[in-house]
Formats: sequence, C-alpha cells, structure tokens
Amino acid sequence: MIKRVFSNLFGSPATRLYPFTRREPFAGSRGQLKNDIAKCIFCGQCQRRCPADAIVVGKKPDKSWAFDRYRCIVCGYCVEVCPVKCLSMDPKHGD
Amino acid sequence: MLNNELPVTRDTLLNEVAARRHQGYRFVTVTCVDLGDRFDILYHFDKDYVLYNLRLSLGRTENLPSISSIFFAAVLVENELKDLFGIPVTDLAIDYGGRFLLSEGSPVAPQRKPDAPPAQPAQTKDGAVK
Amino acid sequence: MSKRTIIPFGPQHPVLPEPIQLRLVMEEERVVEALPAVGYIHRGLEKLVEKKDYNQCVFLAERVCGICSFLHSVTYCQGLEEIMSVTIPDRARFLRLIWGEVHRVHSHLLWLGLLADSFGFENVFMHAWRCREMVLDLLERTAGHRVMLGVSCVGGVRRDISDEGLADILRTVDALQKEFDEFVPVVLNDYSIKQRTVGVGKLTKEQAAELGAVGPVARASGIARDFRETGYAAYGEVGFKIVTETAGDCYARMKVRCGEMYECLNMVRRAVAAMPAGAINVPVKGNPTGEVVARLEQPRGEVIYYLKGNGAKNLERMRIRTPTFANLAPLLAMLPGCELADVPVIVLSIDPCISCTER
Repeated sequence: MIKRVFSNLFGSPATRLYPFTRREPFAGSRGQLKNDIAKCIFCGQCQRRCPADAIVVGKKPDKSWAFDRYRCIVCGYCVEVCPVKCLSMDPKHGD
Repeated sequence: MLNNELPVTRDTLLNEVAARRHQGYRFVTVTCVDLGDRFDILYHFDKDYVLYNLRLSLGRTENLPSISSIFFAAVLVENELKDLFGIPVTDLAIDYGGRFLLSEGSPVAPQRKPDAPPAQPAQTKDGAVK
Repeated sequence: MSKRTIIPFGPQHPVLPEPIQLRLVMEEERVVEALPAVGYIHRGLEKLVEKKDYNQCVFLAERVCGICSFLHSVTYCQGLEEIMSVTIPDRARFLRLIWGEVHRVHSHLLWLGLLADSFGFENVFMHAWRCREMVLDLLERTAGHRVMLGVSCVGGVRRDISDEGLADILRTVDALQKEFDEFVPVVLNDYSIKQRTVGVGKLTKEQAAELGAVGPVARASGIARDFRETGYAAYGEVGFKIVTETAGDCYARMKVRCGEMYECLNMVRRAVAAMPAGAINVPVKGNPTGEVVARLEQPRGEVIYYLKGNGAKNLERMRIRTPTFANLAPLLAMLPGCELADVPVIVLSIDPCISCTER
C-alpha cells in the first residue's frame, strides 16, 4: 500500500486532460453508425429492425436514408441485418 | 402452462400460500398477466432453486385478497399490481393508495388493457414511445 | 415516549446514485420505522414489449439496468431459448459466463466505491473506480461498449472473442488480481471502515429467509443461495464456489462481495482455459409461443423474467422482478434501531439499483 501512496502522491494522474489528450478508440468499439450511401439499396431492413426507430428509409422514388444520431442506441443491430453491408460501426465517438 | 403449477381460487389462495410458507418456501414475486377478459395472477415461490407457482384467475372487477399478512415481502409487489393494473387489493399491510409507482397526474392503470369489449376508437393512454 | 419526527431521506441525497425516498420515523437520533417511496423513475419498459419484436427486446432488456445490463439480456435470452427449445452452442455459453463475470466484477467495484463514498472514504472510492476503469476498458475491447455490451441475442451471442482477446482478458484479470491483493485486505481491515460497518444494519438469517432476501444480502446472513449453483450457462463446467458470511451486518455484506470479486476472476480464468471452439450462435426461426420463468444470479441477486409469447413477433407479457425489489423488504427490517448517520451506509449495503426496481 505504501508503494501506492507514493505513486499517488508523485505519479501522474489516472485521468487525461480530455479535450486535449484523447485515447485512441479501441478497434471494434461501437462508436457511431456510418452508411456508405453509394452501396445502399434502400431496402428498409435497418429501419424495420432498429429498436430505437432512429433510421428512416425513403422507398423507391425518392431513395433517401435518414438517421437520427440522438435516437440511436448504438446497438449495431442494423449493421448485422444489412444485406449489402453498407452500414458499419465507426469506432470513433463524436465527429 | 408453467412447471409446478397449481390453480387456485380467491377462496383457497390464502390457505395455499400459508401452506407454502409452512413448507419452507420463499416468496419470490407476483406476476399479473392481462388476458383481456380476465387477469391471470401468478404467485411464484422458490425452494432449493425450484419454482412453485400458484395461478389465480381473477375477473376484471373482482377484489384480490392480499397475501401480505402471510408473506410481508409481498406488500410491495401487490401495491405495484394495484397501480399498474388497477386491481383492487384488499387487506394490504401497507397501502400506498395507488401512489406506489405512479403519482398524481400519471396515467391510470397504464398496463391494463381497455376494459370495454366493443371496439371503441383506440385510446393511447400509455404514453410510451412507439 | 419521546417525540417522533419524520425525516424524508431522499429522493435527492448525496450518497444516493438514484432517486428513492425513505420516510424515516425518528425518535431523537434513532430510526423507529422506515417506509420507502419509489416511482421517481418508472419508465414502463414492461409495456414497451408489446410494441417491439422479441429480437429488439433483447436491447430493451439490456437497458433495464445501467450496471448489470448484460445479465438482464442474458436472462431474457435464456427465457426465450427455453420457450423456443433452442440449444445454444457451447462457446456461446462460455462467452456469456466470461462477460457475465467480468460484469459482476465491475458492478461490485462500483458498489465498493459507492459504499466507501457513503461514509466519506474518498480514497477507497477513487481507487475502486480506477480498478473499475480497467474492467470497463476490457469490456469495450472485447464487446464494443463499456456497459451496454449489446452482444446477446436469442440463440447465442453476437460477437466472438478472438484468441488475442482471451489473452487480453487473462492479462487484465491478472492485473486486477494484483490490485485486489493490494487494496482489498486494507479495506477489510481498516479501522474506520470497521467502525462504520461492523454490527450496523443487522439482518438475521431468519429475517432474511422470511423477507425473501436475495444475492449478497442473503449470503451475508448465512443463507447459501446462489442461482449459479444450478449450473446455467457454463457454470456447471467451470465450477463455482459460493461465498457466505454469517454476521448479517454491513461488514459481512462487504466481505461477501469482496470474496465474490476474487471468485469471479478465478472463474474467468478457468472459463478461458476451458473455452471450446465452434459456432457462437444458432439461427432462431419462428415466434415464441408459451410462457416461462427465467432466472439467474446478477451481482445484486436473483433476477426473474416472466415471459409469455402467443405466436406473434411481439411478446404478450414480460415481467421483471429485479434483485433490489426483493431486497427492499429486508432493508426495511435493517433500518429500525439504527442511527440516522448509519442510514446511508445501510441503504448502500444492499447495493440498491432503483432504475431496475421500477423498470
């Protein structure tokens, strides 16, 4: 315990100066949803499976894909069900 | 149908619960299922990791006798039934008067399905996110 | 008889992470009676099940609790697997055990920090949460998220842990063991912690049995009951030692949880060593019909899911009885006779999780 006391007294803090030093996100971490819109076929699977209703897909004539980041619960279910794998999870959080 | 299930009526409920207590069962919880025309009230008891269930079929307007005089721990969950399903529970050891989980201005009995069988325009009274 | 005063303890109180109110009937400094008032965070999750299909509800179940999230979704999945007679692959069972036990360590560390905070021992609070950070980072590396793992699905798990991931788990477990060896004995033998916890909030074995206490609260009162003994997931193969104490006070509850943290690490080691290869999930077809009661042991005790399906994709009814709900009645038995200054410690000693109590 004495060792711990000294390392606490003279060592560096356990936290980071967050906005200036950032930890690199772990690979495979679910940060935010990304859609490669060029590959998307607008099938609507992601909209139907999303537990939080965060995705709205416009069908054939207008072909749109809208995603509300503030509704998203980053579960990754849409990525799993996407038939053409145009959806992916970016490990980065925020922008 | 669950394993180890015994149907009971309102008259035999208290005797059966007392018998479970006598046999050394632990009170686990009460589950209410709204079947539309009736309620199914399931009482779960446990002994040595085996669950024993009592099933009580209750009419929409019938009173439910409280088992809190036998298992005090049931008082909380019975108050919850009263709040969420609007079932009148009688002889509660501690009666919150429908203010256990809900407060004034909350939806009334949010988990109870609409009572009237003739199809009225659907009332959304749950307020849950769709 | 002296004059009685009613003191509202909560819903906002510095030691309470979540809102619950206890109406304390006081006689001078002594609590005579306590009555809980809940309902500040009732969210109606059980109702939401009627609107979402049963696969989406895995994520819903996970969000019942912000601490034992993974174990909620596992209970839900185990229940549905029982209704639909699905046998999950061996590897999935082991992965569930590993994530579940790592989750238990994180929950107990969180609790230890909060308990220390409740009697103002900031150092232990900081240190416990620093260790917890290692666990959360491990969870993020292996599952993709710190708390809401999102790896359960009906029929197994969604994500596999690679061999490097398993080695990473072992390294972190060893590092944690080193940290625990260093500070758990200090915590358990500390004079001021003993002064605040020994003999405080006693719950006898009879009371615990009578009021249906579960989890570490029951085990600290001498009831050797732990649902992991039934061997669900891979507990049967990995082996499991139950930790009990007999004193029934806050100190005994602390000792039980500290002992369990070590036991969790051992179980994770054995599970990694015995990890079978193979598939991690099986496809599940059709909709559930029937009803089931699923149970397992969470960090706070036994959780119960009653699930009823009627052949539609939405379940007809889901009912959740969380461990804190069962431990509220024992809490009411612990409080009378204690001093007002001990109330925060006693409340924290049951590890209350109010959001999951109210669902």
